[in-house]
Amino acid sequence: MTGPTAVESVTASFARMEAVRAGADGLNCVLWSDRERAPLAGYPVAVKDNIATLDLPTTCGSRILEGYVSPYEATVVSRLRAAGSVVLCKTNCDEFAMGSSNENSAYGPVRNPIDPCRVPGGSSGGSAAAVAAGIVRIALGSETGGSVRQPAAFCGVVGVKPTYGRVSRFGLVAFASSLDQVGVLGRTVDDAALGMEVIAGRDPYDSTSADRPVPRYRDAASQPMRGLTIGRPAEYFPPSLDRRVAALCDRALDALRSQGAQVRDISLPHTDLAIPVYYIIAPAEASSNLARFDGVRYGLRVTGDDGLRAMYERTRSRGFGPEVTRRVLLGTYVLSAGYYDAYYKKAQEVRACITEDFRSAFASGIDVIFTPTTPSPAFELGAKSDPYEMYLNDIFTCTGNLAGVPGISVPIGRVDGLPIGGQLITRHFDEAGMFAAAYALERALGDEAHR
Amino acid sequence: MAVTRDDVAHIAGLARLAISDERMTELVGQLNAILAHMEVLRQVDTRHVEMTAQDGSQRLPMRPDAGPPIAMHRALDEIAPDMRDGFFLVPRLATHEDVSDAS
Amino acid sequence: MTSLRDAPADVTARYEMVVGLEVHVQLRTHTKAFCSCDTTYGAPPNVNTCPVCLALPGALPALNREAVHLAMRAAHALGCTVNPVSVFARKNYFYPDLPKGYQISQYDRPLALGGRLDIGDGDAARTVGITRVHMEEDAGKSIHDRYPGATAIDLNRAGVPLIEIVSEPDMRSSPDAVAYLTALKQILEYIDVSDVSMEEGSLRVDANVSARLLGATALGTKTEVKNMNSFSGVQRALEAEFERQCALLERGERVHQQTMLWDGARNEVRPARSKEASHDYRYFPEPDLPPLVLDPQWIDEVRRELPELPRVRRARFAREYGLAGADVGVLTATPALADYFEAAAKAHGDAKAAANWVMGEVLAALNTSSNSVKTFRVPPASLARLLDLVREGVVSHSAAKRVFALMAETGDTPERVAEREGLVQVRDADELARWVDEVLAEHPAEAGRFRAGEKKLLGVLVGLVMKKSKGRADPRRVNQLLSERAGG
Repeated sequence: MTGPTAVESVTASFARMEAVRAGADGLNCVLWSDRERAPLAGYPVAVKDNIATLDLPTTCGSRILEGYVSPYEATVVSRLRAAGSVVLCKTNCDEFAMGSSNENSAYGPVRNPIDPCRVPGGSSGGSAAAVAAGIVRIALGSETGGSVRQPAAFCGVVGVKPTYGRVSRFGLVAFASSLDQVGVLGRTVDDAALGMEVIAGRDPYDSTSADRPVPRYRDAASQPMRGLTIGRPAEYFPPSLDRRVAALCDRALDALRSQGAQVRDISLPHTDLAIPVYYIIAPAEASSNLARFDGVRYGLRVTGDDGLRAMYERTRSRGFGPEVTRRVLLGTYVLSAGYYDAYYKKAQEVRACITEDFRSAFASGIDVIFTPTTPSPAFELGAKSDPYEMYLNDIFTCTGNLAGVPGISVPIGRVDGLPIGGQLITRHFDEAGMFAAAYALERALGDEAHR
Repeated sequence: MAVTRDDVAHIAGLARLAISDERMTELVGQLNAILAHMEVLRQVDTRHVEMTAQDGSQRLPMRPDAGPPIAMHRALDEIAPDMRDGFFLVPRLATHEDVSDAS
Repeated sequence: MTSLRDAPADVTARYEMVVGLEVHVQLRTHTKAFCSCDTTYGAPPNVNTCPVCLALPGALPALNREAVHLAMRAAHALGCTVNPVSVFARKNYFYPDLPKGYQISQYDRPLALGGRLDIGDGDAARTVGITRVHMEEDAGKSIHDRYPGATAIDLNRAGVPLIEIVSEPDMRSSPDAVAYLTALKQILEYIDVSDVSMEEGSLRVDANVSARLLGATALGTKTEVKNMNSFSGVQRALEAEFERQCALLERGERVHQQTMLWDGARNEVRPARSKEASHDYRYFPEPDLPPLVLDPQWIDEVRRELPELPRVRRARFAREYGLAGADVGVLTATPALADYFEAAAKAHGDAKAAANWVMGEVLAALNTSSNSVKTFRVPPASLARLLDLVREGVVSHSAAKRVFALMAETGDTPERVAEREGLVQVRDADELARWVDEVLAEHPAEAGRFRAGEKKLLGVLVGLVMKKSKGRADPRRVNQLLSERAGG
């Protein structure tokens, strides 16, 4: 593919900036004084390229949607604009959010601003990099198995995955509908809390969005940790865990203790089954969700002279990259006649066990669960070629998607100069408690979070 | 449960993906490697598991039977690969019989 | 074993047909099942579409409450038990008029289960079990003959709510199947959930057919017959397929489980596809829609709101109005006609007269005009008023037919029409007496003989008076007056 020249790119960027500045000028007059009604006035936001926007393409990092501009806008984007924000840019991602390194984009990889030889994580790698590089303070990403928290950890920023149902998915291009949530990446916990406040809440266009009040998450900043119990699940601290990562986690737990919290060892016994469960359910749903990319109504169409079926096959084979193809095949297989019970149904049952693990931990008096976000820091581009090895990146995050509980990744220090994230998980719809713990951790670690 | 070339060819057909011969060999290997990791699930006793919605409280909301529909800010012919007289056009089905596929 | 030599000439004679039907019915909602697009039939192509029914990336379904309401209504009317929890599922297959690449349907947890439908009358009466009623969405339309080499897709219909009504294999003949469809269509009309028009595609029928030796209890291998677009098409398709299966069995061959397409023009069935015979729809629960949990109170309320159903109404008409079975059948054919009759009968008081008029003049007028009962220009109250006038002798029976025809044309009241057309019977004693006396004076010979007791002249004299009055005299009063003149 021949891309634009450097001059063209820069010119386009400046044109966009100018447009955004003009928008911000307009907002200045109307909204600058009203921070309650327009809490995001003055915050340009970057939006992951799998979230529908009206005036910028939505390609999902896929050739099959090259140049596609959505005729409608995602609910989260409408809410950003209503809060006074402007979409500065769309950010690159793994194709249809399938990946943990951002190497699976049809438009090339994203590099980690901390170390350009390394991946930013994925699939919301572009959003994480944009925040880490200081281009924006807040960016939207999306989560299916850790696609916000993992790149946030790799890039040294804060990343939130809300409770399933907390944020509307309307306009988020579906990967795995029962796992997908829009998430927020921010420079600080406060930025992430602000972004989440704006986008959360019931949307009649998403039947899975919950009709529950949205607290002012920034109020959690002043909530004390005293009396709270932090759970430390043994399964997330295996003997094989990089001991430098483990040490940073210990330091983070100490920091939380210093804020008045207690720490208790717990067990989430089905954790090691999460990856197999995830890589059955997510591809199964994806195989169905991606059936709409058929070259009939929008997007790429590759025709031949041999009829409709050939058009379908050429379009989809040309339009989807290797990882998407692999997952669509895997998902089709696990749903197909004779295999549904052994794979998909079984995976749903084990998923219920994973959910129950969290439920019983919280029922036993645990308020917040603390884990490393990833087992290791950002790896080099091209370092992981085996698909399953890549899938293991999601090992500590996909449990939260399977169970539907909220999670946040907060920087807790560095290994070899590379950021490491700590994850805080709370019960369903307790984002306020999650933010409270994240504020406390951020406050207690201070500058150490980035050392 | 190992997948064969025929299995992959079959599911590729269901998914409307054309797979080249050399890609097929690679995919059969990769899918088998991935599926091997799934075998662990067989050993989990899930007989006691009750399947419920994610947090048990979810029920389907219903909307009133009224418009307006979600607005389209862009005309269909701006996004469609091929339109004529307001219709989407696709290559003709190979045979009339395929119609039954739509049952 | 019967040898082939003994086989009857008709290959079907030794076999019994076993039929189950799957009927798809479009629900009459204003908007689609999962988006707020208009469902109006006949709009320009792809005008009634939105991000949801176009399956644009990121769009999600939101269920129409009225579709659930109408589906429940139908389920109750068919005696089904509505499940307090049912689950939507995705049925995955590629087709250009199926935008998402899957149809939202219900699979292992349908809306309703276990109903029944009574069909036929007298000796042909039987009960057909209803296996299930489930909700789903319609696909769009593929038009194959409009552009050379291309198929044109119109998604206006994509997402319109449907119910699928699946029967048990309880029918034993093609007339049974037609009786089932007739009874089903009538019930659905009564409960007002659908237009139920096979021609417009709001009612679609697929049939599962098998053949077995008479007296056998096990079911034979079935085939699915599709592509019928009228009740008579269903009947002919079933017969053709039954004959085909019987012929196979007679030759000792097997019936293959497959889909057959009815070709009405050629009067034959043929296999739908030879290759890739097995469907694999990869059903799984629709993750975009949590389980449909119905409030038990709502389920009850919908059942209680059901109108009187055809069978009950027929029994009541026979009982309350003393009407014969055949007349009841005609009057209850559609709920609109039954309502019309009942309103007229109640307003007028003489149900038999109302029934005769509705079955005669009203149906004739409806048949010759493009009107439906609802748009008919003679409301039941006006018909009742006309019948009152006949009973009161204000309008003669023959004049009433003319009055009715004019009412149907103009929408005027019977009084006004009769007045304007001079069809009101004259009952004014003085005027009648003058006419009678003039006739007697003008025909002295007949008058004399009549007075002398020749009673048979009465008819002639009445006729003469009627003629003189230009038909407006009340013949009964004329009769009376003449008899008085004859000296009683």
